[in-house]
Amino acid sequence: MNIIVCVKQVPGTTDVKINKETNTIIRDEAEAIINPFDEYAIEEGVRIKEKVGGSVTVLSMGIPKTAELLRETIAVGVDDAVLLTDRAFAGADTLATSYTLSMGIRKLGNYDLIICGKQATDGDTAQVGPSLAEKLGIPHTTNVRKIEEIREGYIRCQRMTDDGYEVVEMPLPAVITVVKEINEPRYPSIKGKLKAKKYEVKTLNAEDIGANLNLCGLNGSPTRVIKTFTPVHEIKAEMIEGTAREQAEKLADKLLAMRFVKCR
Amino acid sequence: MTGIEISAEKCVGCRLCIKECMFNAIEIKDKKAVINENCSLCGACVPSCKFDAIRIESDKKQETVDITEYNGVWVFAEQKRGAVSQVAFELLGEGRKLADALSVPLSAVLFGSNLQDEANKLIAYGADNVYYVDHQSVEHYNDESYTDIFVQLIKKYKPEIVLIGATTYGRSLAPRAASRLNTGLTADCTGLRIDPEKRLMLQTRPAFGGNLMATIICPDHRPQMATVRPKVMKPLEPDYSRNGEIIHPDVIIPADVKTKVLDSVQTVCETVSLTEADIVVSGGRGLGEAKNYALVEELARVLGGAAGASRAIVDAGWVDYSRQVGQTGKTVGPKVYFACGISGAVQHLAGMSSSDIIIAINKNPDAPIFKIATYGIVGDVLEVLPELIKKFRERLD
Ligand SMILES: Cc1cc2nc3c(=O)[nH]c(=O)nc-3n(C[C@H](O)[C@H](O)[C@H](O)COP(=O)(O)OP(=O)(O)OC[C@H]3O[C@@H](n4cnc5c(N)ncnc54)[C@H](O)[C@@H]3O)c2cc1C
Ligand SMILES: Nc1ncnc2c1ncn2[C@@H]1O[C@H](COP(=O)(O)O)[C@@H](O)[C@H]1O
Repeated sequence: MNIIVCVKQVPGTTDVKINKETNTIIRDEAEAIINPFDEYAIEEGVRIKEKVGGSVTVLSMGIPKTAELLRETIAVGVDDAVLLTDRAFAGADTLATSYTLSMGIRKLGNYDLIICGKQATDGDTAQVGPSLAEKLGIPHTTNVRKIEEIREGYIRCQRMTDDGYEVVEMPLPAVITVVKEINEPRYPSIKGKLKAKKYEVKTLNAEDIGANLNLCGLNGSPTRVIKTFTPVHEIKAEMIEGTAREQAEKLADKLLAMRFVKCR
Repeated sequence: MTGIEISAEKCVGCRLCIKECMFNAIEIKDKKAVINENCSLCGACVPSCKFDAIRIESDKKQETVDITEYNGVWVFAEQKRGAVSQVAFELLGEGRKLADALSVPLSAVLFGSNLQDEANKLIAYGADNVYYVDHQSVEHYNDESYTDIFVQLIKKYKPEIVLIGATTYGRSLAPRAASRLNTGLTADCTGLRIDPEKRLMLQTRPAFGGNLMATIICPDHRPQMATVRPKVMKPLEPDYSRNGEIIHPDVIIPADVKTKVLDSVQTVCETVSLTEADIVVSGGRGLGEAKNYALVEELARVLGGAAGASRAIVDAGWVDYSRQVGQTGKTVGPKVYFACGISGAVQHLAGMSSSDIIIAINKNPDAPIFKIATYGIVGDVLEVLPELIKKFRERLD
């Protein structure tokens, strides 16, 4: 079973702070990380390989520096890491990203299962998985929390829905996106780390994957950001003073008077 | 060449753009800003420049469609077990405004069987017509067949705007359909407007973990597609005297669907669901320890509401993720929202700021939550909550 895991480099800051005076983001020197959801995707790929055999390749579209992060994935059981990198890929929205990834995957060829994270924490769009499946012309299932069965040409998995879950089966090749409930990613082993150190990430540019430059990066992105701004909230709170008891009393009076809170 | 260009003539080396750049992609060399290889062409630096020195250029024209052929606003009306999801009514409320601003019709798209009453309800909530695909095979959501039929309809009727609820299914259907149509899709919009001159939909959504808002357009491709999370928009009051047409479009029901849904299990049956509740009482790290969450649950129970939580206490393992309110949790829009010991981080606000009345209880008078609160109580939650529970019990029971 040949598995491709799509991973994205995202800013490592969990709490982006805003400079109140200039209304701009305070850049944290914290380095970039692999999108946390993609760690689960990698782990699931490695687990499937350990169970049924085959190989796991991580694939990313990103800046050259992403290679360092990809190399580290070798330490947790990934066999190969491929980085699609080219100036022409910059500025991609989810459609152009999906196109570029699909061309990279076609170039790698011979795949059974593609695993993506549920979403990337920088944009939280969750669009690349389904969009990529469409570009490859294969089925997909999002929010997979468990793989019940996987074998040559077949997968059956549980997908989390808004109020429960459903069991979905698809022929392979297919794309799944995984939620963090699916597994607990392992730590790299010492042996793995040594292997990662020696590993050289393969890089491919637009020409290597035969990408149409009109469909990549900014050129291939139908959407445009025209403005960014910091959210402002203008309501001014009415402060309720007094002891805890008095505050509770006054608030209860107000809410009851407005009939939002009704007597039973 | 596609890319960011900084005019050396106009640039004064003021470093404003460097502050704006999330990717450490701008440096100063010889007193001028230059872009390095970290650049992702996100465009954040462009408006930051006070000297109009930064431009983002795309050199090749994309293959575009004749956008003038596209007309009308559509709402995908997701249905589950025969009932249209609330988010569809909310989208119709918003869609009505967009359609009126453009002077075009508003339509709902409904898949399922035996849903005549639901179709009428969509009209009552603002649709001018309903494209209703009445077939047993689409009773339950299926990525393959839904995408196939939805795209057939979009290609045939050519709507200029398509809105889809950002539910599990909507977030799967929308990108798959947009990808097949080669058009843009903006996820989780919190604001939609029409630019009257260009007749474009201005789509605003949180970016960078909610710390910034971004306004996005889709100028040259159609339809302009957006998803919106439940509870972000407000439905209209239903008016059953409204006239509308139910259209049974001719579509080819895909015969050989490879993806099969074998079983669908409903596991979440809270007494009052968080997203539907009129009153939500949420607790945060200010509760101090896990056992104090019982106060939040008790107040919710007394008021007949639901209990929510900030991510801090979900991550700490005090409560289940299903209670998390915020950007990476649920969006709620109740009549009354209590934030108890919650600081009011932007990511939390993203999930509750559309509540009608917000009550903040926090011992720090400078907590950001007070900025969006309707009523603020500066105090210790462990003292105020028991008093509130007592007061409401006295009055309500
Ligand atoms: C990408 C991303 C997504 C995120 N998504 C979400 C999300 O969906 N939902 C979410 O909630 N957060 C989310 N967060 C986290 C968010 O940034 C905050 O860290 C989180 O909301 C803080 O939770 P809190 O307010 O409970 O805790 P804190 O920030 O620690 O605040 C605790 C508050 O309690 C007050 N307090 C302390 N003791 C008392 C007392 N005895 N009585 C009264 N008040 C007291 C303090 O003054 C403080 O204001 C996200 C972050 C990122 C980066
Ligand atoms: N540039 C990229 N390179 C590789 N995989 C990506 C990239 N962008 C997104 N993905 C994959 O798509 C998933 C969803 O991302 P998003 O649609 O950006 O929220 C991620 O978890 C990754 O698995």
